[in-house]
Formats: sequence, structure tokens, C-alpha cells
Amino acid sequence: MSEAVPQKQFKYITKRRRVIEDRRFITGRGNFAADYNFPGMLHVAMVTSPYACAEIKNIDASAALALPGVRYVLTGAELFEHINPLLSGLDLPNVKRIPLAHERARYAGEWVAAVVAESRHIAEDAVEMVEVDYDPLDYVIDPEEAMKPEAPMVHPQHGSNILCDKTWVWGDVDGDFESAPHSLAFRAKWSRNSTVPIETFVVTAKWDEGKELLDVWASIQMPKYPEQIARALSLPVNAVNVHFDVDVGGSYGLKRGIRQTVIVSYLTRKLRVPVRFNEDRLENMSGGEMHGPDRIFDMEVAYDGDGIMHSIRIKATDDAGCYPGRAPLQLGKPVSAIVGPYRIKSASYNAISVTTNKTSQEAVRGFGQAPTNFAIETMVDKVARSLGMDRDEVRRRNLIRADEFPYRIPSGSEYDSGDYHTVLEKLQETAAWQELIAKRDALRAEGKLAGLGLSTCLEPSGGNSSFEPFLNPKNDTTTWMESCLIKVDMLGSITALMGTSTSGQGHETLLCAVIGEVLERDPDTIRGTHSESIGALPSNSPVGSRMAIMLGGAAASAAEKIKTQLMEIAAHNFQLPVDRLIYDGGDISVEGDSDKVMTWTQLVDIAHRNYHKMPLGSEPGLQAQHTWEVPTGGALPAEDGTVQMYPCYAFEAHIPLITIDRETGQVEILDYHMGHDCGTVLNPDIVRGMTFGGIAHGIGAALYEKFEYDEGGQHLSGSFMDYLLPSSHEIPHVEMIKHYTPSPLTTFGQKGSGESGYLGAPAAIASAVNDALAPLDLELTTLPMRVRDIEGLLNGQND
Amino acid sequence: MSEHKITLTVNGREMSGYAESRVTLVDFLRDELGLTGTHIGCEHGVCGACSIVLDGKPVRSCLMYAVMAEGHEITTVEGLEGPQGELSPLQDAFWENHAMQCGYCTPGMLIATHTLLVENPDPDEEEIREAIGGNLCRCTGYQQIVEAVQMTAKKLREAT
Repeated sequence: MSEAVPQKQFKYITKRRRVIEDRRFITGRGNFAADYNFPGMLHVAMVTSPYACAEIKNIDASAALALPGVRYVLTGAELFEHINPLLSGLDLPNVKRIPLAHERARYAGEWVAAVVAESRHIAEDAVEMVEVDYDPLDYVIDPEEAMKPEAPMVHPQHGSNILCDKTWVWGDVDGDFESAPHSLAFRAKWSRNSTVPIETFVVTAKWDEGKELLDVWASIQMPKYPEQIARALSLPVNAVNVHFDVDVGGSYGLKRGIRQTVIVSYLTRKLRVPVRFNEDRLENMSGGEMHGPDRIFDMEVAYDGDGIMHSIRIKATDDAGCYPGRAPLQLGKPVSAIVGPYRIKSASYNAISVTTNKTSQEAVRGFGQAPTNFAIETMVDKVARSLGMDRDEVRRRNLIRADEFPYRIPSGSEYDSGDYHTVLEKLQETAAWQELIAKRDALRAEGKLAGLGLSTCLEPSGGNSSFEPFLNPKNDTTTWMESCLIKVDMLGSITALMGTSTSGQGHETLLCAVIGEVLERDPDTIRGTHSESIGALPSNSPVGSRMAIMLGGAAASAAEKIKTQLMEIAAHNFQLPVDRLIYDGGDISVEGDSDKVMTWTQLVDIAHRNYHKMPLGSEPGLQAQHTWEVPTGGALPAEDGTVQMYPCYAFEAHIPLITIDRETGQVEILDYHMGHDCGTVLNPDIVRGMTFGGIAHGIGAALYEKFEYDEGGQHLSGSFMDYLLPSSHEIPHVEMIKHYTPSPLTTFGQKGSGESGYLGAPAAIASAVNDALAPLDLELTTLPMRVRDIEGLLNGQND
Repeated sequence: MSEHKITLTVNGREMSGYAESRVTLVDFLRDELGLTGTHIGCEHGVCGACSIVLDGKPVRSCLMYAVMAEGHEITTVEGLEGPQGELSPLQDAFWENHAMQCGYCTPGMLIATHTLLVENPDPDEEEIREAIGGNLCRCTGYQQIVEAVQMTAKKLREAT
């Protein structure tokens, strides 16, 4: 076994450091969107459609408007007249997305009108008084029914419920299937669920007529948010100022409230007072964009008697819900790691996005990767079972070897680095795999249903734009940059700005540690902060597990520029070339003559006050900005259908031990081990936290969480009573072992970890459940595997 | 709708404000008294983000009307610091263990574990998990919160 690559000797990064942001949260001093108050502010509540599909014939708001305190009722018809439809990820000119239903409501819970009043209470009272005359229409809830020609159309102008149906073949898939001695096919389902933050979406907009400026405070995590607001309202982007310093109460990809924002932005401009929409839980879960991927996988794999997998065919049918914003793009990102961590030489992929009368799907942690990993891992387990081989052995035989990196997969992505075998070996050693098997068997001997799970998965990171042109050729975006601006003030303190919001990832801490590392200054003396959007730092927001790589890279590069400026000032004053000087902790001395020193304070003072001591023609002051392009980015997909998606690939392996109660079907997790390699770790506590949280999300997706619809198209999971979130009782203690294989593509060797845990846990839990069911010759391939599903299966067996 | 004057003790200080009878305690604390540390997650008593201490017991301030708190004694997250603004051992341990990410559930978690430690200064893991069993966190997976409480209990034991 090779040794763990030691984390390089850094001074500040890689070390445990308290997370700066935590200080305000433990004292109740966070600044969340609902904490901002403005004099005269009005509040919005939504009138929602009770029908899965209905024509809106008339809206009579007169009774509501007569209620004291009610100031306005906004309808989709008015909004349609005055704003531009919201952007769609695909090229779908006939699918118009308006923040309030216009002419037709397309799902139960869709917002039909917005009531504006002096308090939320009054607005809610008035919602009951808005009379909407509906004409119910046929609807479709099941995505496979929706694909049939006779199905009711969600968007008749589009002419079909299929939004996207594309197939790629990479390599000789048919030939590989023909020549392989074995193949198997199966169906796996990942049901509609999401990462459901505890804070709902909240937005306040305030139009300043004097400045002609729209200020926005929102719990947002979305690329190009100011630009999207400006486009919808036909404003120049420099008339929109998003306050990115608002603390966001969890997002995990979801907080994309552009509809909400456009509604309050339109209202504040019309009514000339600040307007807030603070979703309640029902508005959030049924009407807001809160639902994640909802996917059926039809899988085929060709393999030989040694368990070597030669080729796969994946068909993914995804239910985007009724308005396809960026949801269909979640079918594209998994192409980044379409064969998982395995040496599979050919692959085909059929990605189908379907629209139905459900609430719209939005981006969720991993952007489609967690479901895909679940399907791939289920496949590997099935190969093992069909051959009577151990699941770990099949994985070892197929995992890409450490000496094969960089490794190009059939779909064109090059994996940067990894040592999968070592991580798996370390994990199995730490978890005591053989003892776990013995423990499982002992439980079985006692008559219990016990199962050991295993998954080995990838987390693509460094989020890039590639899936946009991949699925929509009209979109030729080839950069998802990220920026940092560093200012050293006249008295020598350092301030670093980023151009985006934070929803728990600790970006301020990241900035301070990285800049401290490069400039050799104590991170505790550095301030990391969020620029308002009008400060205009090019950014693509913290999506796609990218900020350690992208913001870290931008900050390190900007700090290097500051260092260069300081060296040039010192060189000028010493009248020596730069290569004769030594930078140490911000002071600069002459090589071989340690008495000759210019201190940080002196150098900064010169930059700000002594232009006569500056190199001729240089800029006074001391600040530097750097905008980082995604490593390996900058290219459109190739004509042969191959594409480099994300640059960096972290690896994770999970081993849970579970039991299933034979009577109730309840799963209990007895033991959970996880092995993780995301390259150089910038802050161990942040990576650990992300990973444990990701595992909790994964356990929720595997066992509990589902947005359920009934046959009448009604959403049944609009509250925390109906949508089951795992508590401290359901989430076990996790033992994590780390391995560090640096990425050659990033500043310090770091990879992303924002989706870690979530990308492997659902597959591992499913593996454990099926291992427990195997002695009964039973199997489940649909998530979540809820108590009722397992109990039903067991009782079916018993009957 | 008519408003009622409500007087109560919050974080050791007597405070007064006005609320309609239908206003929840959490809305009153946030909107009328300006104490925005207490957060709203679900408004139906499941998530625990709005937890406060009422007469020594943790309660959900979204499930109470403000008028019901008349004359009662309340501690919110803003009341956990010492008189000079020093962090309580529990707050410090939450920081040391990074027992949060987005910070939204944190005030409720602090309230739940603060009241646990008052009643039981030496809880085992099961008891800690029981105490936070009614508080949902979507960021951490709960483990770091358990560790923070264990660290606090250890420190408090060593100090006495």
C-alpha cells in the first residue's frame, strides 16, 4: 500500500483554524435575509392554484383590495405585460416561464397572484379573499405517461412534453456488448427529493427612485443573479445591486429564487416602497423551486467472468416538472463522470428531460451526480452478485489505478488524479471490513436482517459551464470564472472581496487562510468580505463544488500580484534586482545582507503615500484583482460528442452496516465508515463538516425524503410533517479516514468537497439494504427505501 | 385587529411590546423586540429553529402566541453570552468544533443543548442526541454538535 501523500508544509491552510463566520452565528448575530427591515416595507403572500392544470379565466381581487392594509394584488397577466420571461437552460422558445401563472396554472401550488399588504398576516388574510375562476384541464404527473403522444401537454405551444432527448455513444458500445460474455439490465429510480434548507427563500427589494437603483437582499445562491434580474426587468445590470453579504440559511444548490425576486422587484418599482417575500414552508415546498432530480435509470452493463466491466448503456429519464429552468442541465453534468471511478472503455448515454404538472425542479447538491452514482453503484453490486464475487473485489478489479492518471474516460473528461485502491484499502482496514462481515453474519445468525453496504464514487469539482453548450448548442459559454480583489490599506491591513454570496461554505475563512498563506500574514488580521454586485467582480457563484478551487485560486493569484508589487517597490528602493530580495512574512530583505530590510509597514506606506519612492510609472496604492478561469475550461464540446466537463475529481468510499426490522421495515444504521480524498484540504473542519452533512443528506435521500404527488396531481409533502427529514436519531456517528492526492491543476492541490458524502451515501445505503435483503432473495432499486416500501416488500414475501 | 401590550423578561431585562392576539411569540421577538437571533424554519413546530428557553424549559416560539408569554421569563440566543459579551463555554465549543455551517439552526441548537446541560451536566451521546432530536440541521449531520456538547460538558466538569 502506498503511503498517504503528506499535505505539504503550509503555514495556515491545511491546519485546523476556527471558521470566522461561526462567531456571528453562535451569538445570534447572523444577518439573514429576514433580519433586514426597512421602514414602510410591504409583505407578499401568494394565491396558489388548487389544480394540477387549469385555465385561469378570471381573477377578482376586489374583496381582497377592500381589506384594510392590503395595497396591491399582482397577477400573472400584469407581470407578463411588463417583464421578460425567465431564462431556460435549454433552447425552448415556446416554453414561457413567468413568475406568476399566466393564463394557465400548470401545477397544484403554482403561484397565481401575489397579494401585497402592510403585514404578512394581512396579506395571508387577503389571499383567502382573492377569487380565481379556474377551468380545470387534463394533466399528467407520471413522466413516462407524459412522453406518450396522447398525453395532455404541459406546454401546448412546445408541441410535446419532451424537452430534451439526446443520445451520445462514446466508443464501440455495440461491439463491446456483443463480445462480452455477460450482460445485465435493470431499472433504478431516484425519487423527487431535495436538500431542503431550514431557511426558506426570502427576498426584499427596494427601488431607489433618486438613484434609479434596485437594491436586493436575498437568501440566494445562483450564478448570474444580478444579470437575470436585470434581463427580466429590462434594467441595465448597473441598476441592480445585490447585497451578497446576506447570510444564507442553507442552500446546497437550491436557493435560486429568481421568480420570487422578479415579483418583489417589479412590485417595489411600481409601489415605490420596499417589498419583501418571505416564503412560508408550504409556499416553499409546494410552489417554490425546491424539488431536485426525479429520475428513472435504465441501465445495461457488459462484463466478463472476471467481473471486468467493458461497456455501459445508460438511459436517464428525468422529470423536470413544469418549468424547465436549469433542471434539464442536471442531466448533462454527470457526463463528467459517466463511468464513475471505473475503467469502462465505452459508454452510451440517452438523456431525456420530460415536463409534467409538478412543481419545477431546481439544482441540488451534485447537479445530478448523486442519482447517477447511485445507478452506477447499483450496477456494480449487481455484477458482483451475478458472478458470486465480493463487491469490493469487483470494484478493485475495475477501479482506475493510481499510475493511470491523468485518465481520459470515454466521454472525454480527463480525471486529474487519484489513488482509489489505496483509499479503499485504508477504509477497509480502518473499518475492519472482515470484522464487519463477521458482525453482519452474527446478526443474521440471530435471525436479523443485516446488511453491509459499499460504494466507491467520484465528486467532480471546480464547476464549469461545459454542460450548458453540451445540452444547448446555442449557448456558447466557456467560462465560469471566479474573482477576488485584495486591498491593502494605508495602515497595512488586508481586505479581500469576493463577488458572490455564502450559504455555509466558509468563504471568508477560505479567503483569509489562502491570502495569509501566500502573503505570509496572520489570517486573523485579514478581513474576507462580500462585494455588493455593483462592485462587479466577475463570478459564477458557489455552485458545482468549486470555491476551494476557484475562489481559492483567484485569491492566491491576487495575493501573488500584491507580493509582486511589494517586491518591485523594495527592488526600486534597494536599487537591486528582484531576484536578490527575500520576502519573509511581508518584510523584504536583501539576500546575504539581513540588515537591509524594508518592513511590511514601510512598503505599504510607500505605496500609499510616497510616490517619489515608487518605481517610475507604477500605480500608487496597493490592490490587486485576479479572475480565475476554470482549469481545463475554455473549450466547447468536441464535434465527436466528447467534452471535458469539470477539472478535478475527488474520490469517496462508504461502508455502512445496517439492520432492517423484519416487522416494521425500519432501517437502523449501526456503523458508518467513509474514506475521502479531495486532494489538499484547505480547512479540515470545513471539509469534515461538508462531508458529514452530505452523508446526512444522502441518508435522507436513501431512506426518508420524497416529494409525493397523488393521482389527482396534488402535492402531499408541503410540510415537515409530511416530508420526513432525518434527525439526530437517524444520522449515525461517522468515522472518516482521509487520504490526500493533490490535483495537479489547482493552486495548492485542492479539489472540491462541497458535495462530498452526498455523492456516495445514497448508493452505499442502497447497497446495505440490498445486502440485508439478499438472503430473502429480495431487492429494491428505488430510492427512497422507506419503512413502508421495505415493509411492503417483506410482507409480500411473507404472504 | 386590536393589539395587546405584552410585558415579559427577556435575557434578564424586562421588555414590553405590542402584538395582535394572533401574533406568534417568535414573530413578536423578532419584529417587535428586534431580537432576530431566533429563527423561523417551519412554523409548525418540527424544525426547532425558533427554540427559546421559557421559564427554564426549551419551547418552540412558533407554537406559542406572544400574548401567552405575558409575565414569563425568556432566554434567547442573544442571552447566552456573559455580561461582558464573553462567549459561554457552550458557544465557544460550538465554534471550536465548527458545529454549524450556515448558522441558521444554530440558535435553536444552542438553546436545546444549553437547557440539556443545565439539567444534566454529564450527558452521554444518546442523551445529547435525544436533546437535539427535535432540532433539524441540514448542514452538519449533527456529529459536530454532539462533539461540541461533549466538549462543553467535559470543560464544565473540569471547572467544578
